[in-house]
Amino acid sequence: RKQKDNDTASLSTPSSPDALPAAAASPRAPPARASRRVASPGPATARAAPMGRGGARDGAAAAPPWHSLPDEVLEHAFSFLPAAADRGAAAAVCHGWLGAERRSRRRLAVANCYAAAPRDAVDRFPSVRAAEVKGKPHFADFGLVPPAWGAEAAPWVAAAADGWPLLEELSFKRMVVTDECLEMIASSFRNFQVLRLVSCEGFSTAGLAAITEGCRNLRELDLQENYIEDCSSHWLSYFPESFTSLETLNFSCLEGEVNFAVLERLVSRCRNLKTLKLNNAIPLDKVASLLRKAPQLVELGTGKFSAEYHSDLFAKLEAAFAGCKSLRRLSGAWDAVPDYLPAFYCVCEGLTSLNLSYATVRGPELIKFISRCKNLQQLWVMDLIEDHGLAVVAGSCSKLQELRVFPSDPFGAGQVLLTERGLVDVSASCPMLESVLYFCGQMTNEALITIAKNRPNFTCFRLCILEPRTPDYVTRESLDAGFSAIVESCKGLRRLSVSGLLTDLVFKSIGANGNCLEMLSIAFAGNSDLGLHYILSGCKTLKKLEIRDCPFGNKPLLANAAKLETMRSLWMSSCSLTLGACRQLAEKMPRLTVEIMNDPGRTCPVESLPDDSPVETLYVYRTIAGPRSDTPDYVQIV
Amino acid sequence: TLRLGLPGSESPDRDRDGPADDVAPALTLGPAPHKAASKRAFPDASPHRGCSAAARAEDKPPSAAPPAAKLAAADRQGLLLPRAQVVGWPPVRNYRKNTLAASASKAKGADDGAPHYVKVSMDGAPYLRKVDLKMYSSYEDLSMALQKMFSCFITGQSSLRKPSTKDRLTNRSNVDSLQDQEYVLTYEDKDADWMLVGDLPWDLFTTICRKLKIMRGSDAAGIAGKTLVCRK
Repeated sequence: RKQKDNDTASLSTPSSPDALPAAAASPRAPPARASRRVASPGPATARAAPMGRGGARDGAAAAPPWHSLPDEVLEHAFSFLPAAADRGAAAAVCHGWLGAERRSRRRLAVANCYAAAPRDAVDRFPSVRAAEVKGKPHFADFGLVPPAWGAEAAPWVAAAADGWPLLEELSFKRMVVTDECLEMIASSFRNFQVLRLVSCEGFSTAGLAAITEGCRNLRELDLQENYIEDCSSHWLSYFPESFTSLETLNFSCLEGEVNFAVLERLVSRCRNLKTLKLNNAIPLDKVASLLRKAPQLVELGTGKFSAEYHSDLFAKLEAAFAGCKSLRRLSGAWDAVPDYLPAFYCVCEGLTSLNLSYATVRGPELIKFISRCKNLQQLWVMDLIEDHGLAVVAGSCSKLQELRVFPSDPFGAGQVLLTERGLVDVSASCPMLESVLYFCGQMTNEALITIAKNRPNFTCFRLCILEPRTPDYVTRESLDAGFSAIVESCKGLRRLSVSGLLTDLVFKSIGANGNCLEMLSIAFAGNSDLGLHYILSGCKTLKKLEIRDCPFGNKPLLANAAKLETMRSLWMSSCSLTLGACRQLAEKMPRLTVEIMNDPGRTCPVESLPDDSPVETLYVYRTIAGPRSDTPDYVQIV
Repeated sequence: TLRLGLPGSESPDRDRDGPADDVAPALTLGPAPHKAASKRAFPDASPHRGCSAAARAEDKPPSAAPPAAKLAAADRQGLLLPRAQVVGWPPVRNYRKNTLAASASKAKGADDGAPHYVKVSMDGAPYLRKVDLKMYSSYEDLSMALQKMFSCFITGQSSLRKPSTKDRLTNRSNVDSLQDQEYVLTYEDKDADWMLVGDLPWDLFTTICRKLKIMRGSDAAGIAGKTLVCRK
């Protein structure tokens, strides 16, 4: 088996690391390459005999073993390639491998729901057990995409119900999921186990009831940051009393009440429950009693953690947490009275992940709490932690890998709580830090250069200076030098978000140095077309590019049109594009869908508008499915 | 330029350069907003689009190099001014914003945790906007934000004599000064009366305000007169 894997590795041509290779029919590596290997005498033939071929090839002494491997053998080999990129590469070798790979693929990730038609995806990969589909563009999270844009989950659920009866896992992100979808999921897949909905909308607790009632083998129900309409609190009661398979239950985004007695019984009987994330409706004392029923929990989300201090409640909590020896991940919306934090001290040592990004607790108790979490790998906090809090984190959490600091008051006129100092400290003292999301009010080139020097191992660097076009506050220069230092130093950088005052020069640097960069977010930056040109002509591995409010125009877009087909998607809003360029782009690149968004009040169709009409929002993505048919009025496909 | 004057408020000196160091309640808007914005054939795709902060950033004329520390302090004060509400900026997920807003208002002991959106109309503007009153902590905040939001509709008319505190003491002068300003901010209260913004304490105002309207000064003078008469 090991030998076979080595052969596979040497034969495969690295193709685009997508779940669905764009060129469906034609293999990338021509069979001629394989036959070149055939010419090598002796060893190939000698190996052929013990492989046990399909029979018909016995006479061909020069035939290599891999040409005649039965499909089951190939499929078994491919089962050792879980990563979609590797499977895609294997599929690109030859027709035989393409067939074997697609028939045996178990996990499918569709990063853009419009890149392929659901039916085609289901037909192509008939054995899929776990599917993940993402819908709206990323900037939809920030309100830049009006409602009813699309990304309906229904066609995917319908196609899956038809073609994947053995489906076990379904995950949707930024899509519209209706109660009907949930009902269909509950009734179509007899072994359905995992439902994950992230940033979705369109469903209610009635749909959840269908899931809890119908999915007898459910292991995970994970609802992250969805907008769920509250119809009734009884969805939880639909889990039958005999149901015990739950391992993950996350309803933290649910607004309404749940029946606590039902929840408690559920938690008691599901002995494999590892992840429990409660919503704000569950008060603190109930959390304590749940913990006593489920001391095996690995991940806990406490929901709202605000209560007046009572010493007996404190004692209850402390005792409950003391029993949770396996707890590793903690989250919650703590408006906490800081006096309760010491109740958690016993679990601090074991925590690897702490999400306090919805917690408005602040002050020395918070910092003391975090400083006890010596094994923390992932920390999400609000800027209420301030620079001195981050300095303590730097000193205490030497294993930190990911830091996210969110703004407590994004539009406010509040004090500046957090400066560049905090990030400099953490990146200096945490050698394993590789992923950062940092919102702050000010930055300097010097700080960024220091950070870059200390942490060349960043894979994700997202800096958001709250006020657009803010320069280095000491030198009043642009932050070109700082961000250039980041991309030059962090050779493995895959995701970058830039902010502050930036000229085209920084994009020159990013284009030249961002050799692993897959996702780039730009806002209020650059001064001419050159900026965009640098990026599109550089950044060899770029997949997602999102730009807003930059003076980038038509020329670089058209000059680099071919690049867009190597990317998953491009978003440009409030730039300097015109309709004519979009038309040219659509004409030139038939395998791209060019969508423009107009003023909802506009009545005349885009076809009648002249070429020089400005385009407010452009969203371009590659697809093998052709233009979508579910566009709302304000979206036009050019 | 637009000035949303509140009764008895001062405007900063016209020839002072750089951002106002003290937060003046009624601020004059700088030069016309970002040119590109006014040329758009497809204006705001979503009804909630705001004008970019480009205008504000470009307003800051270069000041003669003050020492770094003072600059940082001044900049910090710049940050103390509420940020323009550009749609989708800073990039904080709507889910997060709504959740924090809800919990913040709960902390303040509001009757419900939901944001308090009111419609804002402006004479002559083609469409209305909505603002969440709970996002602001004072009249100055609100005034600034509205100026940014509606600056795209201003065609750069100059404002006239600014009202001073002294004027407020004599009723007649107040009415006159209102008439001189281009626009005033008014609100509709629970009795469906149109009132001049600025008389009530901020917290009380947020609970009773149902709608906002940016009226032309000439129209508003009538209202101010009515208000003043009633208060006698």
